[in-house]
Amino acid sequence: MSKIAGRFQQLAAQGRKALIPYIVVGDPEMALTVPLMHALVEAGADVIELGVPFSDPMSEGPVIQQAHERALANGARLRDALDMVETFRQRDTDTPVLLMGYANPVEHMGYAAFADRAAAAGVDGLLTVDIPPEEVAGVNAELHRVGMDNIFLVAPTTPDARIKAIVGQASGFIYYVALKGVTGAGNLDAADVARHLDLIRAHTALPLAVGFGIKDAASARLVGASADGVVVGSALVDCVARAAAGGGDRAALLRAASSLVAEIRAGLDSIAS
Amino acid sequence: MTTEMTSRIFASVPDAEGRFGVYGGKFVAETLMSALSELEALYRQMSADADFQRELDEDLAHYVGRPSPLYEARRWSDRVGGARIYLKREDLNHTGAHKVNNTVGQALLAKHMGKRRVIAETGAGQHGVATATIAARLGLECHVFMGEEDVRRQALNVYRMKLLGATVIPVTSGSRTLKDAMNEAMRDWVTNVDDTFYIIGTVAGPHPYPMLVRDFQSVIGREARVQILERTGRLPDALVACVGGGSNAIGLFHPFLEDESVAIYGVEAGGHGIDSGQHAAPLSAGTPGVLHGNRTYLMQDEDGQILHTHSVSAGLDYPGVGPEHSWLKDIGRVNYVAINDDEALHAFHALTRTEGIMPALESAHALAYAEKLAATMTPEQTIVVNLSGRGDKDIHTVADIDGIEF
Ligand SMILES: Cc1ncc(COP(=O)(O)O)c(C=O)c1O
Repeated sequence: MSKIAGRFQQLAAQGRKALIPYIVVGDPEMALTVPLMHALVEAGADVIELGVPFSDPMSEGPVIQQAHERALANGARLRDALDMVETFRQRDTDTPVLLMGYANPVEHMGYAAFADRAAAAGVDGLLTVDIPPEEVAGVNAELHRVGMDNIFLVAPTTPDARIKAIVGQASGFIYYVALKGVTGAGNLDAADVARHLDLIRAHTALPLAVGFGIKDAASARLVGASADGVVVGSALVDCVARAAAGGGDRAALLRAASSLVAEIRAGLDSIAS
Repeated sequence: MTTEMTSRIFASVPDAEGRFGVYGGKFVAETLMSALSELEALYRQMSADADFQRELDEDLAHYVGRPSPLYEARRWSDRVGGARIYLKREDLNHTGAHKVNNTVGQALLAKHMGKRRVIAETGAGQHGVATATIAARLGLECHVFMGEEDVRRQALNVYRMKLLGATVIPVTSGSRTLKDAMNEAMRDWVTNVDDTFYIIGTVAGPHPYPMLVRDFQSVIGREARVQILERTGRLPDALVACVGGGSNAIGLFHPFLEDESVAIYGVEAGGHGIDSGQHAAPLSAGTPGVLHGNRTYLMQDEDGQILHTHSVSAGLDYPGVGPEHSWLKDIGRVNYVAINDDEALHAFHALTRTEGIMPALESAHALAYAEKLAATMTPEQTIVVNLSGRGDKDIHTVADIDGIEF
């Protein structure tokens, strides 16, 4: 069983929900990414999702777009993401780590080379926003060769027949996009999310995590009631960016990120199972 | 290439997945996949629908003003020497460029889908103007995304769009040019997919866009083929068109692809020169990758990040290119070459002064290459150049370069 699947199974046995924070590699500084990863785990993260900076992040709202721009200006690239996971693994061999990004940097490295290097670094899964099931055969063959999960998005606009095709290619978990829009949008509808999760569950036993629009303990609690996990992206990236802009020291920045994650952890843990 | 190959291969692309060989496809976020399938289904139905085709033909005839003339540029040809050069006058279309051939078609699709709002990306502003124009005529709400840098370079077109009732949204992310405008249009579409039709302005983007934009623009080549046969009794020896995303080029080329005697040249923006790195010539100097929904040649660095581009012409300032062109390059059917800013400016002035036709700076790249090519040919031979647009929008840019202030 993959590390991601194992983590979800363990949480399910405890009646708990997965908390999956997202940060962008190299934002706000190269040297802060690994310490941030450890801080997120200590504050209650179950899986870490690392954004791989890309020049054209088409599915991101302004907050994460700017994080990609800052990260690129700091020199962060896909190979740095792999290096950072390798460093993270020196202290943490348990927490699953997933890379999220866009097709081109992975294409350019080459699917086989990426799979080899990512597996060696200790990456557990890949989510590429712009590789749908129609285009995924090449990359999936390589990911499966090294035992990595491929995480797929399902959207509110995904019809039943496509859900079936997607879950057939996916492993680890399914990432349900809670709204029509880019990351950081604010129009979350928990009842609508719950309805869609039921539609997906009709086709798969894979755990279902929900992202886009979860920003605090209350929204995590609402969505967590029907999901197996939640992804927190823009809210955390924004919190880190504000702390960095505020001019505090590194410890203050890590504390700010930790306290947001801890608050959301508490929100999720208050859901009666 | 064998004759057997050429007879069928060009009609067989894209395949059901939207691929031109290894290029093309649908690399977009899941939220948009259904909208793309819906568009493809409607388009396939409409391309076989006589009423739709009649409606389109009427718009092209009475609104756009087609057919556009094929003009023999005698005086300019004499100056250049060598082959006789004919200009396909897309600059005479309503709104002043080839872009409107496509917006008229896509707007009809939007109408059939019951969408009340259209969005577009634009570089030079010609596609934005063409979209705003058809939106005004059909009473559709229109939002145009335009890089901040281009808003500055193409102030006249920005004002034209506003007069037409469109909202122009300056894009401040990334390099602030066409590629970023396209990112922002995609973000808008993902958010408003239920009521919005995205009118893409070139043969790029996810399937089915490269196919349907090609089909709408192919009217250029169909007309040119008939016109040159009428005038000279034979096919041209060469075709030349500029390539930004590649829509005016594929529009001219496509109906001639099976004619092996016709040499075909696509002209990319060489900017300050290919060696300078400051250009917008992915087919001449790029490598394959994935951007804006398709696999194609791109300008990218060693980490797969998309590079900033440079061209004096905003409409060519794009790091990618339509996937069909990538395929045509690889199979060797079309020759892709580059023309620098200086050469394009020179051709802009030359055509203006010898023919009284002021070309768009995009089209001036094609003209500059045609000059070089004609000089290697004989007076019995002919070249058809796609004069994709008129140069009014570029007067400020040219004046700036000449050091003139208004
Ligand atoms: C007059 C003109 N020609 C050419 C282009 C380049 O686009 P394409 O390569 O799609 O024809 C543009 C784009 O704005 C244009 O305005």
